[in-house]
Amino acid sequence: MGTENKPLLSIKNLKTIFDLDEGSVKAVDGVSFDIFPQRVLGIVGESGCGKSVTIKSILRLIETPGRIVEGEILFQTRNQNEVNINEVDLAKLNPKGKQMRSIRGNEIALIPQEPMAAFSPVHTIGNQLIENILLHQDVKESEAFEIAIERLKEVGIPNPEESMNRYSWELSGGLRQRAMIGMALTCNPSLLIADEPTTAIDVTTQAQVLNLIRDLQQKNKMSIIFITHDLGVIAQLADDVIVMYLGQIMEKGTVDEIFHNPKHPYTQALLKSIPGIKTKNRAKLPTIEGSIPHPFNRPKGCLFYQRCVDAIAGTCNQTPPELLPFQKQQYVSCFKYDGKSDAF
Amino acid sequence: MPSENSNLFSSSTDLPPERILEVQSLRKYFPIRKGFIKKTVGHVKSVDGINFHINEGETLGLVGESGCGKTTTARCILRAMKPTEGKIQFKTTDGSHTDLATLKEDQIRSLRTDIQMIFQDPFASLNPRMNILDLIGEPMLVNGLTNRKQRTEKVAELLKMVGLRPEYMQRFPHAFSGGQRQRIVIARALALKPRLVVADEPVSALDVSVQAQVLNLMLELQQNLNLTYLFVAHDLSVVKHISDRIAVMYVGKIVESAPTDSLFNKPKHPYTAALLSAVPVADPRIRSQMIPLEGDVPSPASPPNGCHFHPRCPYASEICKKEEPNMQEIEPMHFVSCHHFKDIQLKGIE
Repeated sequence: MGTENKPLLSIKNLKTIFDLDEGSVKAVDGVSFDIFPQRVLGIVGESGCGKSVTIKSILRLIETPGRIVEGEILFQTRNQNEVNINEVDLAKLNPKGKQMRSIRGNEIALIPQEPMAAFSPVHTIGNQLIENILLHQDVKESEAFEIAIERLKEVGIPNPEESMNRYSWELSGGLRQRAMIGMALTCNPSLLIADEPTTAIDVTTQAQVLNLIRDLQQKNKMSIIFITHDLGVIAQLADDVIVMYLGQIMEKGTVDEIFHNPKHPYTQALLKSIPGIKTKNRAKLPTIEGSIPHPFNRPKGCLFYQRCVDAIAGTCNQTPPELLPFQKQQYVSCFKYDGKSDAF
Repeated sequence: MPSENSNLFSSSTDLPPERILEVQSLRKYFPIRKGFIKKTVGHVKSVDGINFHINEGETLGLVGESGCGKTTTARCILRAMKPTEGKIQFKTTDGSHTDLATLKEDQIRSLRTDIQMIFQDPFASLNPRMNILDLIGEPMLVNGLTNRKQRTEKVAELLKMVGLRPEYMQRFPHAFSGGQRQRIVIARALALKPRLVVADEPVSALDVSVQAQVLNLMLELQQNLNLTYLFVAHDLSVVKHISDRIAVMYVGKIVESAPTDSLFNKPKHPYTAALLSAVPVADPRIRSQMIPLEGDVPSPASPPNGCHFHPRCPYASEICKKEEPNMQEIEPMHFVSCHHFKDIQLKGIE
């Protein structure tokens, strides 16, 4: 069969736009990538780069005025259809339909950024976990109760039996995020999407949560899409990395390629501009000039052109570059490497 | 005796002249009220007896996790709230020290020009109905510069200084990006030529590429205007980048304070070491060796007895549960509050 080499999720030329009164915003503009089983894919980018819209498109949680206008989101589900095919194009499903609902929260689970906002404050943690289990699994309520306790234990919540009866606001930030992870894992998802799961919590708690996610990924053999703007977290957790800017992929590759051999000027500048714990104190940091363009005035040609130090006038501001392979796994969207990929 | 402790009992005139700020056993308790008659049933000890000083022209970084009291400390120094106890000695322009903690509201106003604040969220700290000229000009107006033409000139000068075009003066905050807004906030803070600037998480709401720009600007302004910064943040790599000295807070107390390099290379408090190890290194070839800390930060309303860190500390012993450790100067300018600093070997950043 060779399931190892078949991507669990394959996104092809995804375009999601938001129709506003002022015009349409291309939040995700032709993004393609694959996620292989048991890999951790990190998506980095600054605010407005489309990373959250990408995952919302996968989960089909885009609300009006947003819509997917083009592209395929091919997902390998566990349930085969009549003709023994488990591949399903999520982009074509009804977002509120039965099939999408059976996948969302079950086979594809989400850890949101703010656990405080994600849990209902008027239902106990246990209640919410059991609800999710009963929705997706054919079990009795007493069995669901056992599964829920098992999950809470797995994510390291002390006294899981007692925690089942508590409300989300009674838990500390770290525990709440653990409970959220437990909730995401209730149905053994094959793909876990984590949307900045550690930005709202402190560093020492962040370290605990990252360790937990890493352990669970190996134990449960999941794939993870991890979204963050923290390059440190990506370096520690991801196997593959995608760098996004204004709705497009600038560069993708393995974590080692991206951090040790970045090719796109944006990736290079981004890596240089973070004050590392090992950089010289009080030295001037290299910066990226200017700021991210407003989505209504996206530049013609390469989106990064105006801020790029290596911009080639007459080329970069004319036509947009394509995301082309540079090495086996590393892809760059930059004219600098046009036709040079063999030279390196 | 360490110099920080001996200063506790000295009168304000004895303070070394280079000290712009000397905070002595500062406490800020918030009452917890319950029931119909709002009886006080306890206190949240947000800041519980901290000592530190800042010399003129230097940057002191104050780090700690949420709820450790770093913002409360900053707000006490600005006298946005009145401290429960303690002294905040501030060097006025004539060279003598005044205790900000006990000043009356009307007396403090004249000193407000000397101490200014940069806030965390530039989307919340700029009034959306005021244009940039009014926003930056207001502190000048309040302090007596009523001539509009002069004010406009000064605002233009300030905008240039923070790297914005003076032509933008008539625009409203919504027209600016996060980084530009933070530049406006900085310009406003500098409008009255302060000597001490308290920056409360000034870059944590910004994107990484913009963070670097704002940090560079703050460093540049410090050199040009001889500013003193109290830089409050939770991001250790940012604090390291900008600070000369760093104080680490945990549940209302300073557990360690030292010059930046010595704190990062030779941490002496187990909490500092754990904090350093928890920062994810932006290099996939180096796997972070995180020191796991059990449990969560205790509530400042009911901190544990003895050393506040003992329930989570891997080196805790009997004495840590009973006795609160004293702040000791183990090397020049390196203070630590731990019973076992001599016995334990901690790893810093190589």
